[in-house]
Amino acid sequence: MPVADQPLLKLTNVHKRFYLPGRQILRAVNGVSLELAAGECLAIVGESGCGKSTLARLIARVEPVSEGEIHFAGEPIMGLRGDSLRALRRKMQIIFQDPISEFSPRMKIGEFLREPFLNFSLLSKKDAGEKALSLLASVDLSESFAQRYPHQLSGGELQRVAIARAIALDPLLLICDEPTSALDVSIQERIVRLLGDLRQSSDISLLFISHDLTLVSQLSDRIAVMYLGYVLEQFPSPMLVGGARHPYTKALYASTFRVEAERGQGIEVLGGETPSAIDLPAGCPFRLRCPEAEPACGQSVPPLREISPGHFAACVKC
Amino acid sequence: MTTKPFLEIDNLTVSYPHGEPAVDHAGFTMAKSEIVVVAGESGSGKSTLIRAVIGLLPGGGRITEGRILCQGLDLTRLPPRQLRALRGRTIALAFQDARSSLDPKRKIGSQFTESLRSHRLLSAAEARRMALRVLADMHLPDPGRIMNSYTFELSGGMCQRIALAMAISEYAKPDILLADEPTSTLDVMLQAQVIRQMLSYRERFGTSIILVTHNFGVAAYMADTIVVMRKGRIVESGSRDQVILDPQHDYTKSLLAAVPTMKAAGSA
Repeated sequence: MPVADQPLLKLTNVHKRFYLPGRQILRAVNGVSLELAAGECLAIVGESGCGKSTLARLIARVEPVSEGEIHFAGEPIMGLRGDSLRALRRKMQIIFQDPISEFSPRMKIGEFLREPFLNFSLLSKKDAGEKALSLLASVDLSESFAQRYPHQLSGGELQRVAIARAIALDPLLLICDEPTSALDVSIQERIVRLLGDLRQSSDISLLFISHDLTLVSQLSDRIAVMYLGYVLEQFPSPMLVGGARHPYTKALYASTFRVEAERGQGIEVLGGETPSAIDLPAGCPFRLRCPEAEPACGQSVPPLREISPGHFAACVKC
Repeated sequence: MTTKPFLEIDNLTVSYPHGEPAVDHAGFTMAKSEIVVVAGESGSGKSTLIRAVIGLLPGGGRITEGRILCQGLDLTRLPPRQLRALRGRTIALAFQDARSSLDPKRKIGSQFTESLRSHRLLSAAEARRMALRVLADMHLPDPGRIMNSYTFELSGGMCQRIALAMAISEYAKPDILLADEPTSTLDVMLQAQVIRQMLSYRERFGTSIILVTHNFGVAAYMADTIVVMRKGRIVESGSRDQVILDPQHDYTKSLLAAVPTMKAAGSA
């Protein structure tokens, strides 16, 4: 268990580079440092290609980092092998945007939920079966689902089963990679509520990855905004409205359609396209699209500085 | 003075083989230059409804009842050849996933000029000039580069904007644009770009738009009229303000309540 005051998850200057044919280098993650406390929910927000999903895969040890270190419960995870890696997988679970890809089409839901207990030889087959039913109940699904096949479930139901399996072994961290973006709003709300309930009833930490600022403001304690593999700003979630300072965060906010806004109001469109991660601009990664850019922004990558307690921004103008 | 509606969907029922009707006695009217947003969840029949308008129902779908009147002409009774002539010229359709409506193995330019030339007598050079003009006209950056690109070389938002540009201007400004979830696979910034582009068409050409979406934020931003569908039926329709600010049907209320709003962090 993590010691008090020690973050559950700590990323220090993490880089991920993919080496492409033609000696090209895709810089997916560039010097990210983050901390996540036990019981906390950190949201990572950004557009497609900002590196947020790659970051999740690095934390989950799906991919190795190119540089930097990731500590989980006080231990560096990059060197873990064999049994210690298996032990890590128990404590850290991940759910994805498209749950159907996690299921074997010929495995009944009940078997799918029994599997973690049997994989780790924790329970007998019979006990695991009973535990599977209680897991279904914990995500508001009736026992009859245990006998069904994945194709008989809707996307929202599948995502709830995926959550049930992810929390089966009481992990310390649940990584949610866009878990609701493929779902209808009413289902999305239900999943978010389920995750909120889970936080209330346990000490689980959540890393919630999304492109939807409105959604993450519902659930998270803190928000980290990523662009081109960099964290540009990080702040407590209540600060989102009015408190965010980085021009990119403001642009992201101003592009979000909100049902509570006046008709035709509140949207500002940022011009241009995100540059390629193969050919990063010199200096601030956002400067080519930034409405507030000035020559100094091209000199060097602005470091993430604490501009007020708990509020970090990587911008010379903040 | 009351003007006749530009488009009138009257008591429309659409069925697929084996099953409940996907659209069940639905109807609404639309004026010239109006934006109607059809909102609903998966399986509500919202996509089927607009596909019926243009006569492009997938998988054996059939209009079994009702009429679709466009400037007095009943589209459900038109012979296929006449309906085809309307497509593009009078009514254009933009899909959810633009990449899938573009050919991945051909450059944008060749697809664009081909579709221009299939509807008009143009030389290759004239078609190319026209395509470039359309792209520039739609404020797409670097039209020359776009023409020489394959879809995989362009972002999803860019493909969507190109498909919209092709849909709307290809055959000289259609009167009606039907857009089926054109932004639902896009990130917020690209969503904003695409929605802005649609609004600019309306401003410049007086295009009437039927937009199908599950995003109430988009509906609140651009709709004149909102139609809420559930299980093939229209449960509520009214002006943007009526539906968003004072919804009457319980289903509309529950959907609106489920939409996340910007506020301080959650319950924990």
